[in-house]
Amino acid sequence: MLVTTPNIADPDGFYAALLEAHRGLDAAGSAALNARLVLILANHIGDRAVLDEALALARGVRAEAERAPTA
Amino acid sequence: MPYDYRPYPVRRAPGLDSPEPRHPVVVVGAGPVGLALAIDLAQAGVPVVVLDDNNVVSVGSRAICWSKRSLEILDRLGVGQRCLDKGVTWKVGRTFHRDAQVFEFDLLPEAGHRMPAFVNLQQYYVEEYLIDRAMQLPLIDIRFRNRVTAVAPAADHAALTVETPDGSYRIEARWLVACDGAKSPVRGMLGLDFDGVLFEERFLIADIEMQADFPSERWFWFEPTFHPGQSALLHKQPDNIYRIDLQLGWDADPEAERRPERILPRIEKVVGHRDFRLDWASIYTFQCRRLARFVHGPVIFAGDSAHVVSPFGARGGNGGLQDVDALGWRLAAVVQGAPAALLQAYDRERQWGADENILNSSRATRFMSPDPGVERLFRDAVLDLAGRADFARPMVNSGRLSKPCVYPLHGAPDDPALPPASRPGAVAPDAPVGNGWLLNALGGDFTLLAVGAAAPSAGLRVVAPPVTDMLRARYLGPAAEGAIYLIRPDQVVAARWQRADTAAVRAALAEAGGCW
Ligand SMILES: Cc1cc2nc3c(=O)[nH]c(=O)nc-3n(C[C@H](O)[C@H](O)[C@H](O)COP(=O)(O)OP(=O)(O)OC[C@H]3O[C@@H](n4cnc5c(N)ncnc54)[C@H](O)[C@@H]3O)c2cc1C
Repeated sequence: MLVTTPNIADPDGFYAALLEAHRGLDAAGSAALNARLVLILANHIGDRAVLDEALALARGVRAEAERAPTA
Repeated sequence: MPYDYRPYPVRRAPGLDSPEPRHPVVVVGAGPVGLALAIDLAQAGVPVVVLDDNNVVSVGSRAICWSKRSLEILDRLGVGQRCLDKGVTWKVGRTFHRDAQVFEFDLLPEAGHRMPAFVNLQQYYVEEYLIDRAMQLPLIDIRFRNRVTAVAPAADHAALTVETPDGSYRIEARWLVACDGAKSPVRGMLGLDFDGVLFEERFLIADIEMQADFPSERWFWFEPTFHPGQSALLHKQPDNIYRIDLQLGWDADPEAERRPERILPRIEKVVGHRDFRLDWASIYTFQCRRLARFVHGPVIFAGDSAHVVSPFGARGGNGGLQDVDALGWRLAAVVQGAPAALLQAYDRERQWGADENILNSSRATRFMSPDPGVERLFRDAVLDLAGRADFARPMVNSGRLSKPCVYPLHGAPDDPALPPASRPGAVAPDAPVGNGWLLNALGGDFTLLAVGAAAPSAGLRVVAPPVTDMLRARYLGPAAEGAIYLIRPDQVVAARWQRADTAAVRAALAEAGGCW
């Protein structure tokens, strides 16, 4: 199950670190970094069901709605 | 040495002089698929007419990588050993990004199989061996330079118009099997849609002859320094021939790229010298498409006429031979009196197989040739990470090489305690048996394979080899003492039990299409 409740001990600190990782990059460089980051984190999670929930959440739909038949 | 194309003799077709009786099966196309099907049918006792518009084997090498499953099928058809003897055996693939290896695969890590993971062998040799074999079989009437120009399907037959150097004639077939390739004129004559995607990418594909000692492996590069920004593939073939594929981009001008003065310097950069002879080259775009259905009344499609894939993964010819495997025994049974509904199982199973091949081939092609934007972004991210993080390496996709699919045989008797590799729908795994091989003892007919158990009498051929460690691992697993397997004529497992009686076997046989 995807954790959607607060789970990072120092949210402000992490947010700053995320921005810091992007410092000095142009838009293309930032996009590339984000892509690498997504892949790294996705592999860490590993569980396909959790990843699918995360994809759905990122797209702005609830996972159940995404999976429900559309007929 | 360049391949010696010997034209096959063209004989006057009987239909030019007097009407021919309706043929049970006419196969259009003497490519690997049509030839293999004709042999499979003839071996099952069915007479076949094969019509081909040409009288030489495949010009240009085209398919080179023949999978383990294809070799097993070719073995059943009598040409496996010749392919094995002539072909270059390989099982390891290496993928490079720039000049560093990022991924490696071994396609057959386990011992105890007669056939290797792959052999590389030019398509013209495979066709030559199949034609030699077909010509040994009196039930095969193969007619070269017989071009099918019209097809009129009726309820219970199809009428064909055939053009030959001596004029044209008409024949009728109870079953017409269109094995007439990716551009299938028969498909066109029936007005059938061939849906799918075209990849906006061009590839130079060349065969060169040179003295070299590259290992017998598949080498694939993303963005190599010798061909910046694109991809490249190198394969070794018999006769000191090497296959080189170079991605050129969608903007490349195919006419210009076809000229030797453009090709030679490109190849020189790959191999590092000019000491080679260009044997054959062509510029390709690739597509993944299939017919919605493969059986249309009396007309059946198999091979490239039914489905095409991009070649990264070698799923074209290999997929076509699996069509033959699924069709041959069923069509033979139908000709010999089984209900025609049996062919629906061919249609269903090979649509499943084609979808799996299309899925894998299109994923590989997209990885190689991503759309600009987000596809490119993630592709480059994977390649970048693959050099420094293990997890990204299996995401690097230069082609997932052909494996037989496992058919979904819903409701087929199964016992979950038995090993997954030999579950219903899968090809029976090979293993050494005495001085020979298990797969050589299976196939052709429905067979009961009894491993450490007594087979019930069901009027079927029984194969009961002594239980070895390999047989135990592949057919019993750690838990079972014995098992009974029902094997189809195409060597696919139809059902399996730890204990079965005659009634259970008969029921499974009927379900699999084995008694009528
Ligand atoms: C560059 C390249 C590399 C490939 N590499 C591989 C690989 O490594 N492994 C693999 O498995 N596959 C590979 N393939 C795919 C493979 O070549 C095809 O899948 C295979 O040839 C299909 O066989 P087929 O018998 O269905 O059709 P074809 O080989 O196309 O044969 C069709 C036959 O029908 C005949 N015909 C056509 N029209 C008529 C007519 N009107 N009347 C009578 N006869 C007719 C033709 O003359 C031909 O002989 C590759 C393809 C290409 C282009």
